[in-house]
Amino acid sequence: MTIASSTQFLCFAALSAAVAIGALGVVLLPNIVYSAFLLGGVFLSVAGLYLMLNASFVAAAQVLVYVGAVNVLILFAIMLVNKKETMAAIPGLALRRVLSGAVCAGLFGLLLRVAFITPWATPGPEPIGDEATIRIGEHLFSDYLLPFELASVLLLMAMIGAIVLARRDVLSADIVTGEPADQGLIEKSRTPLLLETPAPASPAVPTPVLEKR
Amino acid sequence: MLTIPASAMAAALQAPALVTPGLDLEASFTDVLEGFGLSPAAAHLVWLPLPMLLVLVAAVVGVLVTVWLERKISAAVQQRIGPEYAGALGILQPLADGLKLLWKEDVIPARADGLLFTLGPVLVVVPVILSWLVVPFGQHLLISNVGVGIFLWISLSSIQPIGLLMAGYASNNKYSLLGGLRAAAQSISYEIPLALAVLAVVVMSNSLSTVDIVNQQTGAGILSWNIWRQPVGFVIFWICALAECERLPFDLPEAEEELVAGYQTEYAGMKFALFYLGSYINLVLSALLVSVLYLGGWGFPIPVEWLAGALGQSVDAPLVQVITASVGIVMTVLKAYLLVFFAILLRWTVPRVRIDQLLDLGWKFLLPIALVNLLVTAGLKLAFPAFFGG
Repeated sequence: MTIASSTQFLCFAALSAAVAIGALGVVLLPNIVYSAFLLGGVFLSVAGLYLMLNASFVAAAQVLVYVGAVNVLILFAIMLVNKKETMAAIPGLALRRVLSGAVCAGLFGLLLRVAFITPWATPGPEPIGDEATIRIGEHLFSDYLLPFELASVLLLMAMIGAIVLARRDVLSADIVTGEPADQGLIEKSRTPLLLETPAPASPAVPTPVLEKR
Repeated sequence: MLTIPASAMAAALQAPALVTPGLDLEASFTDVLEGFGLSPAAAHLVWLPLPMLLVLVAAVVGVLVTVWLERKISAAVQQRIGPEYAGALGILQPLADGLKLLWKEDVIPARADGLLFTLGPVLVVVPVILSWLVVPFGQHLLISNVGVGIFLWISLSSIQPIGLLMAGYASNNKYSLLGGLRAAAQSISYEIPLALAVLAVVVMSNSLSTVDIVNQQTGAGILSWNIWRQPVGFVIFWICALAECERLPFDLPEAEEELVAGYQTEYAGMKFALFYLGSYINLVLSALLVSVLYLGGWGFPIPVEWLAGALGQSVDAPLVQVITASVGIVMTVLKAYLLVFFAILLRWTVPRVRIDQLLDLGWKFLLPIALVNLLVTAGLKLAFPAFFGG
């Protein structure tokens, strides 16, 4: 075994272990913040696997999109609504866990069988290295144009949804309930800091108009 | 670093002439080791850690210099003297600061999350140091000329906010959490115009590799630098780089008057030093990348080839190669530190923006301008391929 191949094997083993253990942690840990951080670790390890497949552009894109954007936004959302509340007890939790565990195990078994039965072409096609960036660009603008553009439509829908959910004040009525939208948080008038008691003034002096404030 | 045995010079001479072959230390070094009877793979393995260690040392020394500059320049701006007792002109002051932080007690607050609290600063520093992988100081004077070059830096710099969020959350402190959230929001908003500004340069140079980007700017010396072709991109990139480094006009995540110190409120000792180190390494790195992308990288204002020709010397002569490489390193560092000086001056001149102004500037001003800049660059490239890289 040469130095290069043994290094490769060690890296592959470490990255695979990181992906598997990290993914299990994401699902099984009770603390959602830990799950989110571990998800970032899983994304990074997957990027490492891409790097080992000589797909450096895909690896960098994976880090940028999944770690830098998706995972940061997940963490952002979790921390923004960092409310400690006790979950209501779910009836039959043990049974539900057994059922979902069985479904997952069945799926895992199916995938294992697929992985062992498929005649994998090893070694795969020659990696093209840095040429990959150009090749990806060509594909995105020719035969993969439609999926690429459809993904942007999906993002647009998500963005409009986010605006509708966050900016209730642009709509006069709540779209779900039909009631007038609550603008209390945004439009609430301030209580004056210094409450002026209207002076027992003589009728000749007009009292200051407090409503103008 | 630049002591080269005669046999290596001979080897460098035989290198195929591309643009300018320049000094290839790796080839020379492995040639020497193979001369001692090592296999090529083993020689490569011996070579690998050397540039990494060198760049790590360079980054830390760069931080020490920057901290000293920051203290001296801020003193000059405010008409003080600044540090003056530690070494001549206070030049050892940053070293003293660092040693002090090294000896300080490492405090983890009682209700904090110990694991995440420790991991946070590490996640902030590691991506920044990794990004030095792609900073070129010469044709072959960089750790690795990876094909995705500048894109690697962009993606690595997007890991940093996770470390900040982690530190903010683990501190179990309102101000820390707010600082972490602000850092993440700021980093996400300014990454997009930054990437678009870089994309315009990449469109002109047809490559993501930092070496190719610099090579595309050589030829006519100072006149061929990207800053003349990308003035708007240069300004956008510099503003966004300052925002990503959380330098003062944009240092909302650690705004002293509002958030105590943001995500680093609870930190002390070496963990605090890691944050500090990370932010200054990031500043030097950003300055280096501005000089690579827009100021011609290692290029001298007058092309070295012309100078060598005027003096009647061959560019491939060993001595000329050593001088060229030295000039390249000096030029890169000089340009970067001019930009660092400018950043420090900005820090002590302009006030901090508000969070809504920060987001408005990013999303409503820089993003549209960066998009238009990209469009105009692409149009100009098609219209005048001779000037804008065909």
